Amino acid sequence: MNLSRRTILLAPGLGYLALFLVLPCLIIFAYSLFERGTYGGIDYTLTAGNYLRAGSSLFARIFLDSVRIAGTATLVALLIGYPAAYAIAAAPRNRQMALLVLVMLPFWSNYLIRTYAWIVLLNNEGLINRGLESMGVIQEPLPLLYNEFAVVLGLVYNYVPFVILALYSSISRLGPELREASFDLGGSSWTTFRRVTLPLTVPGIAAGAVFVFVLSIGNFVTPDLLGGGQRPMLGNLIYSQYLSARDWPMGSALGFILVLIMLALLFGQAVFAHRAAGEVEARGVPAGAPR
Amino acid sequence: MRTDPIRLWLNAHLGLVYVFLYVPILVLIVLSFNKSGLPTTWTGFSTEWYGKLAGNPKILAAAGNSLIVAVASTLISTFIGTLLAMGMEEGKPNPYLDALVAAPMIIPDIVLAIALLSFYTLLNMSLGLQSIVLSHAVFNIAFVCTVVRTRLKNFDRSIVEASIDLGASEVTTFRRVTLPVIAPGVIAAALLSFTLSIDEFIIAYFTAGAGQGSTTFPMQIYAMIRFGVTPEINAIATIVIGFSFLLVLLSQRLNREAA
Repeated sequence: MNLSRRTILLAPGLGYLALFLVLPCLIIFAYSLFERGTYGGIDYTLTAGNYLRAGSSLFARIFLDSVRIAGTATLVALLIGYPAAYAIAAAPRNRQMALLVLVMLPFWSNYLIRTYAWIVLLNNEGLINRGLESMGVIQEPLPLLYNEFAVVLGLVYNYVPFVILALYSSISRLGPELREASFDLGGSSWTTFRRVTLPLTVPGIAAGAVFVFVLSIGNFVTPDLLGGGQRPMLGNLIYSQYLSARDWPMGSALGFILVLIMLALLFGQAVFAHRAAGEVEARGVPAGAPR
Repeated sequence: MRTDPIRLWLNAHLGLVYVFLYVPILVLIVLSFNKSGLPTTWTGFSTEWYGKLAGNPKILAAAGNSLIVAVASTLISTFIGTLLAMGMEEGKPNPYLDALVAAPMIIPDIVLAIALLSFYTLLNMSLGLQSIVLSHAVFNIAFVCTVVRTRLKNFDRSIVEASIDLGASEVTTFRRVTLPVIAPGVIAAALLSFTLSIDEFIIAYFTAGAGQGSTTFPMQIYAMIRFGVTPEINAIATIVIGFSFLLVLLSQRLNREAA
């Protein structure tokens, strides 16, 4: 009786996800092992050619570009996000929630519009270039848009709120006691940060980093609009294989590789967080982080 | 309290982060009221760009389409997602179920987009608003389920048993006992899925088909941005920003009342 009730509750959701998530993913995995038909369809001949081509110089360059851009965006977002999250966690308790909502608020407006705002600011006739020109700082407009700089900036802008949120929950869980103990034992601010706070917030750093990296490397909109197609990333490559080149098997193989990268990172993050917790425990600090 | 230089530096940094986050948005809002529409010269206050929007049938049609898609996918996913959350909370924790529900939230959009397009094409399904609705429900079910589950975690199951012991049917118990308790979570989940759906671009773009009739609002915005910087986008941006901030504040209030 109880089992059937649970089955009734679970069936629609699990059925939906099986049909519209698992099955479609299996289909593109299967497509990635076939050849492209002459007119853009699927030629059902088994091949590993798509995966081999993914290693060719053209695709490998886009892979490396994507990793570099996503990696830079992750690093910058962490460097900006960590002190910000720390400042919020150190603010009076009754103000922390409002400060966090203020961080997350822009994120809730449309992604395209947030990206468009940077076109308005960065283009040759944009606010920054015209402002600097009128102040006489520059004669020629600076090349701010349609390059790697603009793509990294756009990614950081869109994802830094998430990093702050992840780091805040990690930092605020620490409580002041450990830091005070470190001060009492003669540790300077810097030593306390390096030896106490930073190691204990590694899981939060890893979570935030994986998040930004995964969202960045598969991004389509930002490299397209702010990079102007100059720096295509993995997401743009999949897009063009599907909609322009009409090579669905190749696009599917690239999509599958993207999922593998994502899974590897999530797995690595879980192991890393687990080990960090273990190390802290081994040093005699409870991992459950005192409140 | 001593005024620590590190503390001052941290707070200054946080202030700059807020400037970084809000200046681009504020610039768009200010420009939307600029008569010339140019980012560099202020030629006077005007609402002319909003008037242009109201007279643009393409934008209005796209907004209408997005509203249809968001409402339909929210209804489907709130229903299915809430049931799923209840089913998952009742049984033993199952890591495979957890992973399946987490998957649509972390899978890259572009991968879900090509997977669904391949699936629909294989089925020979006609593409349009209906395929966008079905696609958006995939990630929305996962988000609804997650939000409702956090609400159910604090739910005292003994009141359900009490209701059944007192002779109420399963349906009555759900309607009169369970639903009122989890309602704030369900409403917050519905607001979240509405917002996610109305903003979603890449999956809609892939699953909308070739017809002009199924262009959604983000697809229209994308087309306009690709076309070039036009002042009309500033007006759209201001409306969208205002609307989404209102939704966030609403769900914040709901959350606070629930807590």
